[in-house]
Amino acid sequence: MKKQIANWIVKDNIPLNEKHCLLKLTLEESLPEILPGQFVQVKVDNSESVFLRRPISVHQVDRKNQELWLLIQIVGDGTFQLSHLIPGDSLNLIYPLGNGFSIPAGSDKDKKLLLIGGGVGSAPLLYLGAYLKEKGFTPTFLLGARSERDLLQLDEFRKLGTVHITTENGGLGEKGYVVNHSSLLEGDADFIYACGPNLMMLSVARYAKEYAIPCEVSLENRMACGIGACLCCVEKTVKGNVCVCTEGPVFNINQLKWQI
Amino acid sequence: MADLSVHIGKLELKNPVLTASGTFGYGIEYVDFMDLSRIGGIFVKGTTFHPREGNDYPRMVETPSGMLNAVGLQNKGIDYFISDIYPKIKDIDTNMMVNVSGSTVEDYVACAERMNELDKIPAIELNISCPNVKQGGMAFGTNCSGASEVIKAVRKVYHKTLIVKLSPNVTNIAEIAQTAEAEGADAVSLINTLLGMAIDAERRKPVLSTITGGLSGPCVKPVALRMVYQTYKAVKIPIIGLGGISNATDAIEFILAGATAIQIGTYNFIDPEISVKVVDGIHEYLDRHGFQSVQELIGALS
Repeated sequence: MKKQIANWIVKDNIPLNEKHCLLKLTLEESLPEILPGQFVQVKVDNSESVFLRRPISVHQVDRKNQELWLLIQIVGDGTFQLSHLIPGDSLNLIYPLGNGFSIPAGSDKDKKLLLIGGGVGSAPLLYLGAYLKEKGFTPTFLLGARSERDLLQLDEFRKLGTVHITTENGGLGEKGYVVNHSSLLEGDADFIYACGPNLMMLSVARYAKEYAIPCEVSLENRMACGIGACLCCVEKTVKGNVCVCTEGPVFNINQLKWQI
Repeated sequence: MADLSVHIGKLELKNPVLTASGTFGYGIEYVDFMDLSRIGGIFVKGTTFHPREGNDYPRMVETPSGMLNAVGLQNKGIDYFISDIYPKIKDIDTNMMVNVSGSTVEDYVACAERMNELDKIPAIELNISCPNVKQGGMAFGTNCSGASEVIKAVRKVYHKTLIVKLSPNVTNIAEIAQTAEAEGADAVSLINTLLGMAIDAERRKPVLSTITGGLSGPCVKPVALRMVYQTYKAVKIPIIGLGGISNATDAIEFILAGATAIQIGTYNFIDPEISVKVVDGIHEYLDRHGFQSVQELIGALS
């Protein structure tokens, strides 16, 4: 897929809670092909401390409304500046980057596809779920967060399939971590996609391995270029150190050198 | 339009804008964004005789107006370069040059010898200044005797244009440049990254796996400019200036300080089209000031 660089226009910026917002961006021409799990490199203006672009996963591609959605968690000044964009502002992006999640071959639409997200790591799973649904699959979501306030975009996820929830404080859904959720007891998923904190993904990978379920995780190693030039975001794999920005961010857990 | 061509050793560059090793992959990574033939040349990723896995993650941290890296010369070695990469880059219509590094003098020599064979690689950049490897690299470039030993040995076997990349982590960079000149280098490029460090106060730990790393980006530009200026006064061979260049004005400043050509490094990460924008910007500057050739600007501080 050809990579591009262009200025997108902010169509909307919706605060979700005190730490998160939803940016809706648009382009004048038709949207490019973007796969679930891919990301964009965002140039942050108006910040004295930000130098590098910020890699942000694609949260949703709404072709009907000509929108690309980014779910922003305010962590430092870069994401703080992004949270203050207003409709009409322009945002320079490099896209689409990375490999994206595997999509099952078309024949078996009854496959049980489980999408597990932790915190803001749930972001790419919305577009993945929508994409899978469009292909005729029925995705099931398992979303975990510290508290009910940290669960993001639940209404959007519920439009696409069943949503199971865990919170660490028990404020919504089952109390505990995603891997403790009762729906996992049967171990009957056919494929697991996971994105979230590394410890969460490691737990999911262990669960998947125990039940011999194929599993992909999306990593967010610290990046500089995002296009495979600087070799900074490497992950140890069976093929040696590889760039997460080009060989990932999605990896099958069998490719990783994790202690699964 | 003014003439942008310059010469470095036996090399003719269509313009003085080059991209720095380690920031531009093998050039191929940037073809979606720009026409590679529009720039004077490309220094591809540092290549060593033996394959190297590089350092452990984390290898990078952002700093004010720059970044620290500790990649550690990850590359698949000279044999892989020749068999798998060279065929893909040899027909790119600009000067494709290879940055050569090693742990021992023998490694540098063996790598340089192999580079002689490659018709479409008209020059090498001898990296005696990488701060991120335990052996070799910067160890050769921080004293005159180390630099002399490796440059002399490589000069004996390498017949094309030899550029030596200098470390800024020295007291007197001009001395090292003079050593390079005396040992037969055709040009020097400077600066490589400045040795730096980042600490995570919350975790009370160094951020990089290697503790220290190489600082690059706009924050190093004043240091780089000063070193190019000092070196220009000390040697007759051409200087390739680099360190924090992020626009055409920065490039012009390096040329005024004495650089014949410049390299763009870290800023390629922010704007993958920056190198062609700098070519256009140099044209615009020369026209605006009524210069016929960029060569009139070299060292032309009034």
